[in-house]
Amino acid sequence: MANIGSVGDEDFQTVVLSSETPVLVDFWAEWCVPCHMVSPVVEEIGNERGEKLKVAKLNIDENPQATRTYGVMSIPSLILFKDGEEVARVIGAKPKDAILRDLSAHLS
Amino acid sequence: MSDERNVIVIGSGPAGFTAALYAARADLEPLVLKGLEAGGQLMLTTDVENYPGFADGIIGPELMDQMEKQAQRFGAEILSVHVTEVDLSTRPFVVKAGDQTWRARTLIVSTGATARWLGIPGEEKLRGRGVSACATCDGFFFRDRELIVVGGGDTAMEEAMFLTKFASKVTIVHRRDAFRASKVMQDRVFANEKIEVLWNTVLDEILGDDAVVGVIARDVDSGETREIATDGVFMAIGHDPTTTLFRDSLALDADGYLVVEEPTTATSVPGVFAAGDVTDHTYRQAVTAAGQGCKAAIDAERFLTEEYHGA
Repeated sequence: MANIGSVGDEDFQTVVLSSETPVLVDFWAEWCVPCHMVSPVVEEIGNERGEKLKVAKLNIDENPQATRTYGVMSIPSLILFKDGEEVARVIGAKPKDAILRDLSAHLS
Repeated sequence: MSDERNVIVIGSGPAGFTAALYAARADLEPLVLKGLEAGGQLMLTTDVENYPGFADGIIGPELMDQMEKQAQRFGAEILSVHVTEVDLSTRPFVVKAGDQTWRARTLIVSTGATARWLGIPGEEKLRGRGVSACATCDGFFFRDRELIVVGGGDTAMEEAMFLTKFASKVTIVHRRDAFRASKVMQDRVFANEKIEVLWNTVLDEILGDDAVVGVIARDVDSGETREIATDGVFMAIGHDPTTTLFRDSLALDADGYLVVEEPTTATSVPGVFAAGDVTDHTYRQAVTAAGQGCKAAIDAERFLTEEYHGA
């Protein structure tokens, strides 16, 4: 299981930025309808990639700091972090194929 | 047989769910493939005040939730998948979503319409970074900021009103000297102190690298351009029908809408029916879409009786 559940402002450094494996963070909110479509897809991608990729959800209402730091202005936004840096971003609800295509250059 | 369905509904707005409701009540065990924008445009609205039966109005997503549950109650199967391919050249028709495949004796297309973009420099690059077509999705990020809304119809009025909950100021940029919006919506906009209107103005470019910082606006009469500082630009300039899936297989009109044989919902391929905004550039109301969804289900039922002897 590569799904590490939720991440927030307090543990963003340890869970995401210091992670040895790439982490895909799903910026979402309860009131965001398209987010509810994308989250299951993100979970699926996490399960399929096994140990090679971690996926985590970040609730933007509860974690304004990370949301601001990464300039998230539209949700859903998926940001892929590798060695503490943002390497790819997918904005808006897209089908699984399109998400994988946008991330593929950075996933081994 | 297990994967051959009597009716597959593609799309899940008022047209799709009403089609599913009627098909389910006719024991056709419809399958609804919701798509990524599940629930359709009403999911992105707040109060719906013109759907009959709700004297005090109803919240858009709540209305869609009710329609979905009503269809499910009578046996409609509803899946959260996005159709990526259809083959209408064989019977039963083939419908694919990624690596999943179904076969359908009849198809009801209710894929709706999606927001239109201006197609100006900076727009694509800054999408999700201050450029948006959904106030209810992204308004939250613009607390105490200044925003621009482009458009002149009911959607533009509604988006502008909604954004004043967050923004310190909202400027509506409209290319004509009058709004197309309904009187009641216009009155609300004019009465709102946070909203300003720039008439006879179009946008030539959206400025910014990582986030929107401004726009270049042009007066359509004088041709004069000027830069206006803003933190976000919300598009409300209308919708285009979602018909990419059917471009090569169904007859479309010049604007890309599916052509149906009025007063029925029959498309150019027998057994394929269409309902809602995907066929309608005139009325585009939740209630007209629902009405057409009902017609599509009845048309599909008749087709099944004739072609498959009562399914």
